[in-house]
Amino acid sequence: MLQHYGPQLVNLLAAVLLLLAFAMLSQRRILSLINLFAAQGLVLFLATALVASITGQPHLYWSAGLTLLLKVLLLPWILHRLIRRLNVKWDVETLLNIPTTMLVGIVLVILAFNLAAPISQLAGTVTRSTLGIAMASVLLSFLMMITRSKAVPQVVGFLSMENGLFFAATAAVYGMPMVVELGVALDVLVASLILGVFLFQIRERFDSVDTRHLEKLKEH
Amino acid sequence: MNLAGAAAQFTELMLAVLLAPLLTGWVNQCRAWLQNKSAPGLLQPYRVLAKLFQKEVVLAHNASPLFRAAPYLVFGCLALAAAIVPSLSTGLPLNAAADAIALVGLLALARFFIALAGMDVGTAFGTLGARREMMVGFLAEPALLMVLFTASLISHSSSLSTIVEALGHREFVIYPSMAFAGVAFTMVSLAENARIPVDNPATHLELTMIHEAMVLEYSGRHLAMVEWAASLKLFVYSCMGLALFFPFGIAQGGDWPGIVLALPVLLAKLAAGGAALALIEMVSAKMRIFRAPEFLGTAFLLAVLAMLVHVLLEG
Repeated sequence: MLQHYGPQLVNLLAAVLLLLAFAMLSQRRILSLINLFAAQGLVLFLATALVASITGQPHLYWSAGLTLLLKVLLLPWILHRLIRRLNVKWDVETLLNIPTTMLVGIVLVILAFNLAAPISQLAGTVTRSTLGIAMASVLLSFLMMITRSKAVPQVVGFLSMENGLFFAATAAVYGMPMVVELGVALDVLVASLILGVFLFQIRERFDSVDTRHLEKLKEH
Repeated sequence: MNLAGAAAQFTELMLAVLLAPLLTGWVNQCRAWLQNKSAPGLLQPYRVLAKLFQKEVVLAHNASPLFRAAPYLVFGCLALAAAIVPSLSTGLPLNAAADAIALVGLLALARFFIALAGMDVGTAFGTLGARREMMVGFLAEPALLMVLFTASLISHSSSLSTIVEALGHREFVIYPSMAFAGVAFTMVSLAENARIPVDNPATHLELTMIHEAMVLEYSGRHLAMVEWAASLKLFVYSCMGLALFFPFGIAQGGDWPGIVLALPVLLAKLAAGGAALALIEMVSAKMRIFRAPEFLGTAFLLAVLAMLVHVLLEG
């Protein structure tokens, strides 16, 4: 049963991951963006746990648990606290032309699928076909960081890029060694804390968290 | 064409025509419950239709024959569409009359006539509504076609009847592409049926309305036909969605025991679908009309993604 439907379910979860990446790309509200990020973490946790139970790799259970703890509970909580303290909870970003962004997103997805096709032929895992989706979500998070001007969505984009990378590792080679995974997880946590401090500094300096202010180098 | 097939086809058609107002009533009732209002009766749409059929028809002086013919043409188009979509059974005589692409064309024909009728009398509201309806239509149509193409890619056929047989009667397989297609189809059917994020079915005489603005000039039996056709359109779209995404319990080849079994399944699925529609309408706010292209553009992109995901994961 699990051997039969397991890989199909992983494919479905991968598709949901891509769907959530697109939803994040087109989301205007910061609060919803963070909730979408938490949902993406949850899907990632389910996918990793499923791959773990299909393949019987014990260390994947650990990384699934780590994902649940870090990306579904801790990081969204930190981000929620951050936007409450920055007082940007109800911020709505005026995005330029969402359809154009989405079109660029589609082009990126086609690019990622084409890039991943020869690589996934080499991989011997049951999840190799989802490598293209993992790469697409990395590129989409990149695009999100580029198109946003406020700092908090850029941080969320960075964190969701890590989600994509993690999924790529799971899809291609059943996850990285535990040491690497712990290191990356810690890095992400530290990065989000540093970025949080950084955001407060930006606001102190410019009275807003719009990173376009950083483009001017001169003192006024 | 044998007699049993024709009888089954006739049953399906009559069921669609007669049940369509009931579905509208059910959606209205669910929405009223969710809004903490006391709901109108489930049979309210039938009462409205009966009242309208008894009323006198008032026509503008410069109304052309087209204006009088349009309600019947629209109703005819949608009744034919209801007969083509396999709601109770596959392999019925009329299923072969049109494939998915022709079905989209048929729905477009109905829209064309109602838009022409909206412009016919020459009032400002009618023209405004017609133009908005055509804008929504031309954005929604490619997305709908892409959704149907994704299903066609999976089942190697563009006939809805064959698609349902391939999806529902084979061994159960999870299709990730259908998840994308399902979201896109939901968005398209919200827009096509003048539902909340795009249009508000409950308003009259507001600058934001689309469908109601077109049919303002109608009265009496013409208005009844237009309203009935709108219910039928919702029914057709619901059945199309159920056929594509939940094709279980639909009888095969028009056998009578299967159809008798399929009927309660269809009713249960429609009840669940109607409740879900009311829920979607409750939690979303009406968009500005200029947001509609963005909304439908997203639907189109999701449908394109569905095809891409199909090629990657299922190809």
